[in-house]
Amino acid sequence: MTTLLRAAGERFTVELTLNGQRRSGEAEPRMLLCDFLRHELQAFGVHVGCEHGVCGACTVLVDGRAVRSCTQYAAQADGADIVTVEGLAEPGKLNEVQRAFAKHHALQCGFCTPGILCSVMHFLRDTPAPDERQVRDMLSGHICRCTGYAPIVAAVLEAATAIRKGS
Amino acid sequence: MKPVAFDYYRPEAVSEGLALLSEKGEDAAILAGGMTLGPMLNLRVVRPRAVIDISRIQALKSIAARSNIVVTGAGVVQSDALRANVIAREVPLLVMALPWVGHFQTRNRGTLGGSVAHADPSAEIPLALVVCGGTVVLQSRRRERRVPAREFFLGALTTQRRPDEMVTALEWPRAAPDAGHAFTEIAQRHGDFAIAAVACSLRLDKTDRLQELSLGVGGVESRPVAIDGKGFLGRPASEIAAGLCEHAAVSVTPMEDHSAGADYRIALTRVLLERAVNDAVAMARQRRDRLQ
Repeated sequence: MTTLLRAAGERFTVELTLNGQRRSGEAEPRMLLCDFLRHELQAFGVHVGCEHGVCGACTVLVDGRAVRSCTQYAAQADGADIVTVEGLAEPGKLNEVQRAFAKHHALQCGFCTPGILCSVMHFLRDTPAPDERQVRDMLSGHICRCTGYAPIVAAVLEAATAIRKGS
Repeated sequence: MKPVAFDYYRPEAVSEGLALLSEKGEDAAILAGGMTLGPMLNLRVVRPRAVIDISRIQALKSIAARSNIVVTGAGVVQSDALRANVIAREVPLLVMALPWVGHFQTRNRGTLGGSVAHADPSAEIPLALVVCGGTVVLQSRRRERRVPAREFFLGALTTQRRPDEMVTALEWPRAAPDAGHAFTEIAQRHGDFAIAAVACSLRLDKTDRLQELSLGVGGVESRPVAIDGKGFLGRPASEIAAGLCEHAAVSVTPMEDHSAGADYRIALTRVLLERAVNDAVAMARQRRDRLQ
């Protein structure tokens, strides 16, 4: 066993799977994962809001789990399997959740949307038949200032039904 | 905001982490899920020279049932604890506390040990550990020691942990099968820091009198505090809540901060404590009757 060391200021290569493709880029120890995904791997769907884990805009899937990408560091994600909003559906297409968001006007400015969509993917995998209370509890980890949340709740509930019927 | 530049260390074994800690001491910060340390780093509230990332140490991720305790490794992720059958069965109070911890997205990464080691005054896991009568396991290169949770927390973000020590595990006593439990809190929005939180575990005898009681309040003082309810043992269950509220209201010395004044925290303590005690009594009655 050995301890890995990356010295302060040292540039090193981080290799990970992003939306199904092996990708690599350069980071230094203090580089946030969200900044790495945006600036090194051009995953601009990762939005950066509060940078301390509160607003939820930067939420991505790391090894299948919806997590903040602003309170972990690129160095920690070496070897991880990451999915961002760009990887939720084939280019040019929408998945069931995205379709439901469009139908219910569950977004306006769209800043919070990529993070919410990532959360919903993990949430519906764990909780395929949620009730409204469970959806609202999951959404409490995201700040949306446009919609008032009601359309988002409706979209998530409809997407859950659509996914259950489809599978 | 971005953290100060730091050396990043990623040990693969606890012993390697402890060796680093003994060398770096106060210059090092231990990083697990990063749900508390991450914000503190990004806001530059802390400026460590070295960050020791223990999130890949597999030995810290185990959940094990022993004869009368459940041992959770410090690195057990909160959402994994929430899904673990052994915790649901043996430590129901922790399962009731966890949905109050941050959000779905932070519980997917935050750890049990990290919350305890950071000791935010409003944190739910430290309060649950105090009320369960649990123990914090600390290791350094030289020795291992076990500190009761009621002694571990000294104040806001301050614990008995020494700079060369790592919180490696938490020990949770198994709850009695007829015990009732409750956890409740008030925050500005769900998942935010609790302005006040109350946890309660109790048992009733066959005549519906209070047989055992463990009660604690979080977010009110600078650390989770246990409320001594010995004077209420033997009293009828239906009569204890009101008296305990008054008793707790005069026992705590509340903080004042931007989110609430002292009077409001006392008022919340009363309201939450009454709810928690009544809920725990209802659960204890149900479980006692089912076991009979």
